[in-house]
Amino acid sequence: MNIIWVVLISISIIFSIINGRLDELTKSIFDAAKSAVEVSLYLAGIVSLWLGITKILDEAGLIYRLSNLFRPIISGLFKNIPKEHPAITSITLNFLANVFGLGNAATPLGIKAMQDLQTLNKTPETVTFEIMLFIVLNTASIQLIPFTVIGILSTLGSQNPSAVVLPCIISTFLSAFFAAGILFVFKRFYTNESS
Amino acid sequence: MKVVNFISLLIIPIFILFTVLYGFFKKVRVYDSFVSGAKDGITVVIKIFPYLLAIFIAVKSFQGSGAFDFLKELPDRYGAFAFLNVPIEVISISIIKPLSGSASTAIFTDIVKNTGPDSPATRISAVIMGSAETTFYILAVYLGAVGIKKTKYLIPVCVISDIAGIIISILIVKLLF
Repeated sequence: MNIIWVVLISISIIFSIINGRLDELTKSIFDAAKSAVEVSLYLAGIVSLWLGITKILDEAGLIYRLSNLFRPIISGLFKNIPKEHPAITSITLNFLANVFGLGNAATPLGIKAMQDLQTLNKTPETVTFEIMLFIVLNTASIQLIPFTVIGILSTLGSQNPSAVVLPCIISTFLSAFFAAGILFVFKRFYTNESS
Repeated sequence: MKVVNFISLLIIPIFILFTVLYGFFKKVRVYDSFVSGAKDGITVVIKIFPYLLAIFIAVKSFQGSGAFDFLKELPDRYGAFAFLNVPIEVISISIIKPLSGSASTAIFTDIVKNTGPDSPATRISAVIMGSAETTFYILAVYLGAVGIKKTKYLIPVCVISDIAGIIISILIVKLLF
């Protein structure tokens, strides 16, 4: 992240000097600060809402049942999570929210999953393989129906907006599969180097 | 189409109704339980805020400086990506999608308007929109929420997967349409 941040900021400032857009740049930086606050406020509401909802499900015992149902799949992928650990449930809920395209529920539930995964982390400042796998699968974004895209297509007069659904599904699964594959390849090389 | 829209609108309300009723019949003190769960929300967001700010500043200044426009026009000007044989619009959405959700939605809308709702550029962009994520936002938020600083090989894996995901999207659209 360090390098990416330095590169983005340096390129931006050098470019704005060349293009004579320093005033736009300054404006953008302050805009960014403003929208970070706005997004955080929005997130505060949404995260609290979903944490509240999951707490009800938790106390009603449904979370426990749900994770029983999905445990075989999640445990198969995340080998180092103990069978009764709450991380299994929060990962399940995050994946379900992603699959059904509930974007604003997926992030809060993902944060919950991160916190649960972090309780298993013996070196809190360094990522574990489980955490990396979880993030990689999230950035590959397994999603069944891209509602936003279909919405835009149909408003702008597409003959058949749902034609993109099938290619999206295939592509989303393939890229998630591929992403996990790359992670496993990196894992192999990384352990080889350090041993 | 209307059915799909209706179902998408229905999922969240039904889920909340189900949660409240299920909890109620399981004799959970639903209201107190909701409040006690929700009180952690603010602490999480306070932790995330500085990370979010850092990402936003980087992405917005990149857009504001004109570097982003340059990147968008690059393939057009030099034919740099001509060998890929894809519409140039696809390149710009591929670069922006991992950085910013709102900017990519705006660009996607532009592509649909400019090239038509059923053009190849629209199709490919739609699949990229539907199958890629705002990677850097997710990284900042998720890692920030638990305060992880050392990321080992996570970032390179994410960047490679993003590129792979875009190539997969392009190939699939070319095969299917």
